[in-house]
Amino acid sequence: MEIFNHDSNIHFLGMRKYTVSLAILLMIGSIVLIATRGLNYGLDFTGGVSMLVNYDQPVEIADVRGALAKGGFGDAVVQSLGGTREVSIRFQAKDDPEAIQANGTVNLDRVSADVMEKLHAARPDAKLKSRDFVSAQVGAELKATGTWAALFVILGIMAYLWIRFERRFALAAVATEIHDTLVTLGVIALVQREFDMTVLASVLAVIGYSINDKVVVFDRIRELFRLARKAEPEEILNRSINNTLSRTIITSLFTGITMAAMWLLGGPAVHGFAITMLIGIVVGTLSSIFVASPILLWLGVSKKDLMPVTRDNPELARRP
Amino acid sequence: MSDFPRWKYALVALMMLFGVIYALPNAFIPVPAVQVSANRGAPPVDQALRQKVIDALQKQKVAFGEVLVEGDNLLATFADTDVQKSGSDAIKAALGDTYTVAFKLQSTVPAWLSMIGARSMPLGLDLQGGVHFLMQVDQNDVIDKQESSYADDIRSLLRDKKIRYESVARNSVRGKGVAVVLRSEDDRSKASDTIANEYTDLLVSNGPSTGDRFVLNAVIKPDKLRDIARGAITQNLQTLRNRINALGVSEPLIQQQGDSHIVVDLAGVQDPTEAKKLIGTVATLEYRPGIGHPGDPQAQEAAKTGNVPPDANLYYMRGSGLPVLVSKKVIVTGKELVDASSGIDQQSGTPKVDVTLNAAGARKMSEFTNANVGKPMAVVYVERVTETKMVDGKEVRVPKITESVINDANIASPFSRQFQTTGLGSPKEASDLALLLKGGAFAAPVDIIEEGVIGSSMGADNIDKGFKSVMLGLALVLLAAAVYYKLFGLVADIALFFNLVILVAVMSLIGVTLTMPGIAGIVLTLGMAIDANVLICERVREELRNGSTPHASIHAGYEKAWSTILDANVTHLIAALALTTMGTGAIKGFGITLMIGISTSLFTSVTLTHAFTAAIHGHRKLKTLSV
Repeated sequence: MEIFNHDSNIHFLGMRKYTVSLAILLMIGSIVLIATRGLNYGLDFTGGVSMLVNYDQPVEIADVRGALAKGGFGDAVVQSLGGTREVSIRFQAKDDPEAIQANGTVNLDRVSADVMEKLHAARPDAKLKSRDFVSAQVGAELKATGTWAALFVILGIMAYLWIRFERRFALAAVATEIHDTLVTLGVIALVQREFDMTVLASVLAVIGYSINDKVVVFDRIRELFRLARKAEPEEILNRSINNTLSRTIITSLFTGITMAAMWLLGGPAVHGFAITMLIGIVVGTLSSIFVASPILLWLGVSKKDLMPVTRDNPELARRP
Repeated sequence: MSDFPRWKYALVALMMLFGVIYALPNAFIPVPAVQVSANRGAPPVDQALRQKVIDALQKQKVAFGEVLVEGDNLLATFADTDVQKSGSDAIKAALGDTYTVAFKLQSTVPAWLSMIGARSMPLGLDLQGGVHFLMQVDQNDVIDKQESSYADDIRSLLRDKKIRYESVARNSVRGKGVAVVLRSEDDRSKASDTIANEYTDLLVSNGPSTGDRFVLNAVIKPDKLRDIARGAITQNLQTLRNRINALGVSEPLIQQQGDSHIVVDLAGVQDPTEAKKLIGTVATLEYRPGIGHPGDPQAQEAAKTGNVPPDANLYYMRGSGLPVLVSKKVIVTGKELVDASSGIDQQSGTPKVDVTLNAAGARKMSEFTNANVGKPMAVVYVERVTETKMVDGKEVRVPKITESVINDANIASPFSRQFQTTGLGSPKEASDLALLLKGGAFAAPVDIIEEGVIGSSMGADNIDKGFKSVMLGLALVLLAAAVYYKLFGLVADIALFFNLVILVAVMSLIGVTLTMPGIAGIVLTLGMAIDANVLICERVREELRNGSTPHASIHAGYEKAWSTILDANVTHLIAALALTTMGTGAIKGFGITLMIGISTSLFTSVTLTHAFTAAIHGHRKLKTLSV
């Protein structure tokens, strides 16, 4: 079975003006979105109290919000966790001044009792499932290590590609990588999906996934450059994208299938992870096809940069 | 015909066998159990105790699986966690506090598997329920203490050496050491030599001198500071372990995270209050000479007017709230204590704590009591809690020390090493105090900065969801691969299945704790592992289209795809490595799973499929390939 015509020769690089402009626009848009709307940081980052509550009968999010607002928890963030019977409630500890103990720490038992009392007043079938308290300080550290981890990934990958391929490939890969990360974050900011620890892990995994895609195309570019007698870079790059097109899309579909399965069945704990991964897969796949190679062309990749090192051996170079 | 070497077939077979055997223990679901172990001084665990436990359970009508003695422990198994809870309550009530009763998940892995080191993956809290604490160690306090003690030491050293000084005080900035002010250049150089010789951990340098003030700065060396910080964490970890062992939680996870954090995960504990009280409190006892008696006129007077004698502190009795004057001189502190156990005082019928001191403490106690028979001695209970206050929108932590006198009585007769403290409110309070004293003091104060409670039903729910999503993801990919790549797809399916098996085997063998993010890592690995096979299959198709023979196509397909697969996986591995360096548990678990998954998939997707492909096509003449 084949979905993609193996003789396909779509002139991807011909559209490079549009695709790269679009990519740049998306990046700028994402930066603006992240700067203005911001990421909807979860408890892991902001600190506060988080509770999971189950209802025996389906419940409207608006009703839960209403019950909480009546009880003085108007600032609480209420989210459905897939399905209609389970909600997550997050709020800053200062919303419940009575639960802040004489010594300043939060009495988690007291907070959850208070909140449950408000919820019971509206709906007696509400049941507390779990509760967490995180200090804001944890989040600050997490942001710092998260940024370091992302930098480490980008630099590590750059170094590897620099050694295995060539400088231009490393630069093109990293530029596309930054694009993928920013756009993924931009989409998360746009839909205001909660940004918690698993989403952060997922964003880092997206970097790993999307580099995978680029490396496959780059590998083909290197191979074709070395094989071709007369190497017109644009022609070679285009052929490489077309040759690997089927693989790029099939792999994305396969990985997408597993993430969709997790999104469907994995429950709230991995919901954000699966969604972010799905966004990242789409963004990464598109950028592998439309963005990475134009950058490479623009950086001026050529056949002679990629020949196996014969230059060090004048004997070999002199041969016809 | 086939170019696939025999040793590789053997390797593939071995790896498949390894995967199946070492992944197998995970199929045996552990049963909820209660573990009973004897505390110090209690009669050992034996058949008599077993009978006692069985009787207690039968009396309370708690259904139990089996009760058996295993080494120093006794185990009782139950059908589910609810019964386990009532079983534990019944056993605790019957045995009292001479035995530690803890929840445990009893492994059902057959003995022959355990013999070869095969074990199931430990489950994270999100999968089995329990409480989680993240604690912050206050290193500043350690530095404060150390600098103050150096200031004292330097003062007495200079006095001993008869070097005249103006003042010896800590610098106002923490970590800047001790400032010694001397009266002459000559004194300064003498003092400098003396201090540097005596305390090699101090860096001594001349400070600015004005007129007749000659300043000498003694700063703790950075190496030493690091050692102190490390030592503080290590001692805190030990203290936490002692306290948590006393709490009766089997297999607790107590780990250092980063420079100043400690993670405590207690599986199976559903009520965090009890645990928090015990692990978060910094309590110690001080034995001090009493002045007068609680509530006597002198103390009443001091409480009313606030005029406390200079050598005394005014405290209040715990319980009665009567004011009492206590000398500032400390005879013995909790640090000199070796053992503490609770009980009921036979004479008064009130709860008591039996205390055993070490040699140094015993000597001091004996000296004091010998000289002061008939005079009062007070037991001051010092509890340190750290308050977090919001000041100008920032979290500021202020330590708050609560001191109360739990006992003030006349010394009936001299004593030294062993004695008892009475006057506690309840047996519970006595046993809590004994646990706190025995657990030792924290080297540095700790705060709980993160806390979570996960119900056991939620854990079971998560396992169920995780398992289902792994299975659905796997099934869909298996199906898609078989449809799209036919026979080669089926071979890839076998590889993918064994990738899951070997991944689980390696994780179990290393002892990676399985968490929800870890499961997400497994699913992602499965989705991406197929990539190598897609690369190979596409390559084989291409070769066929270019007119190569089937065998040549297989050969070239694997050879050409290899460098791509390697590059793609190495870059991916770099990304996974970064995830494992992230301090936080959840992300770390995900990263480790991803890393192991990438490595195993490299083997299963390439070597394993190559072996199968070679075995299927090896010695036959082929016209076409099913790809």
